[in-house]
Amino acid sequence: MSRVAAAGGAITRAPPAFAIIRTRRIDWPPLLLLLPTAISLGSVCVYPILGGLWLSLHNTMLATRENRFVGWLNYRTLAADPDFWSAWRHTLEFTAVSTLAETVIGLGMALLLVEWFHGRGLVRAAMLIPWAMPTVVTSKMFGWLFDGQNGLVNWMLRSLHLIGGNIDWYGSPNTALGTIVIADVWKTTPFMALLLLAGLQTIPGSLLEAARIDGAGAWQAFWRVRLPMLTPILLIAAMFRALDAFRIFDLVYVLTGGGPADSTEVLSTLTYKTLFSALEFGYGSALATAMFATEAAIALCFGILIAQSLRRQER
Amino acid sequence: MVAGLGLRRSGRRNAFFFAGAAAIVLWSAGPFLWQLSTSFQLDRALVSPTPSLIPHPFILQHYLNIFSVKHFQFYVLNSCIVAAATTLLCLGLGAAAAYALARLKLRRRFGLLGLILSVSMFPQIAIVGPLYLLASSLGLLDTYLVLVIIYLALGLPLVIWVLFGYFQTIPEELDEAARIDGAGPLRILLLVIVPLSVPCLVTTGLIAFIAAWNEFMFALAMTSTIAHQTVPVGIANFTNLYYVPWGDIAAASVVVTLPLVLLVLFFQRRIIEGLTQGAVKE
Repeated sequence: MSRVAAAGGAITRAPPAFAIIRTRRIDWPPLLLLLPTAISLGSVCVYPILGGLWLSLHNTMLATRENRFVGWLNYRTLAADPDFWSAWRHTLEFTAVSTLAETVIGLGMALLLVEWFHGRGLVRAAMLIPWAMPTVVTSKMFGWLFDGQNGLVNWMLRSLHLIGGNIDWYGSPNTALGTIVIADVWKTTPFMALLLLAGLQTIPGSLLEAARIDGAGAWQAFWRVRLPMLTPILLIAAMFRALDAFRIFDLVYVLTGGGPADSTEVLSTLTYKTLFSALEFGYGSALATAMFATEAAIALCFGILIAQSLRRQER
Repeated sequence: MVAGLGLRRSGRRNAFFFAGAAAIVLWSAGPFLWQLSTSFQLDRALVSPTPSLIPHPFILQHYLNIFSVKHFQFYVLNSCIVAAATTLLCLGLGAAAAYALARLKLRRRFGLLGLILSVSMFPQIAIVGPLYLLASSLGLLDTYLVLVIIYLALGLPLVIWVLFGYFQTIPEELDEAARIDGAGPLRILLLVIVPLSVPCLVTTGLIAFIAAWNEFMFALAMTSTIAHQTVPVGIANFTNLYYVPWGDIAAASVVVTLPLVLLVLFFQRRIIEGLTQGAVKE
């Protein structure tokens, strides 16, 4: 945030002389250039969000063609809906565990890559494979890797004598959500690592050199120099990851469809089914709004943490 | 660049880093290699008690299946049309907006940029219901157009952000000179800025293309027939009644992922620069 403010300050500091003379005239060209974007975002993002809020106050059902204003009724139903709260819990659990795992493993990879020079291009290229792969393909791929009967993972674990018999990874309520976390970690960690690597590379080598001369080992240099310098970027990356993880849809929908026994039902899949299987657009919109509110709360928490870490760094 | 700790290299240290780098490559590429191998194996070999990484016998049956039985080429064609149209529009609209934000006299431009970026952060499930009703009332369901309109809006924020960062690195004297010669903003954008930004436009376009190519939820909701369904919907629907056709799925996965992987390997440095510029510009 402070970066934006600082850069904005730099812009206003030196206004060109002719701008002062023409301040009264509206400057059309920039507005015209921004107009297509404004129309696009306005019609596809802003309008539907407001439309969704309005819809959530109705009992719209496409099947029965009902469409009456019901006020807060959908939200009262939602507050007492065990399916909603169970999906809400699964989503938060998934978001917390996968974001944490991705940040920690990503940081580990980044620390390794920042030291390793030969063939780093190859490693970075390989790391973009999970990012570029369609999530639906990732789901199917993990469906095959973690297949309960012929999956490669079961075979490897059996060969290493880590498990006695096959595990029905995503077919059993105990392991299904964990399997989805693993798939998500595979897909997004490398990218997290590349982001953190870019951050690590901005830390001046002179700081690390100074720490070394003072007798700090690699471990101390990490905790005293690198981690504090990296904290804001780490938090920003984790925030984007958490907001994205919170919206998880593709992996769950394709791998388990929310099952078995609703053990992997998350807010996006529950909302999607309410909208397009039950055709309850009013209640579905209330679910989406509740999801929106939770996501805003997550963003706010991260925003506070990021602001704090930036302030600490400035001191 | 980072010097310091990395300079003290002993043999053991080198071996440690090599093992770590190898583990990262294996972790990232391994699952896809297994998918590649699966696509060339007999169904019978896939359910044998000891899987083999080298296909034996090596068959192309799964690739024939997905094109002749499952008509996968239609999904690929739909995806190509939608993703290409989205990419071109994203670059056109995005370049205009990014240029206005980066160069022209505009008050509160960082506020505007923040607003545009924040649009990409809300849960997309929140807009799919109202958009479905809107598309339905306009008769746009199950068309290419509705997917392109949606993907354009979803892709624009990132495209604008990356191009904005790049445009700011172009020396301002260049458009100053063109302005003195009497060129208007649109001419400067097309004749000065765009020619200088071709590498960045290519990478940004690639990022937008991949995002549109991979999108699943809106494609699932808005399209209903093979005439307009895209690749992710096609693959998600790849199930047989009695068993999961893992070989066919693997073949389809390879067909839709390999081109992306090759493009990404080719452009990796630029893609990483484009995608990470926001985080590291402090």
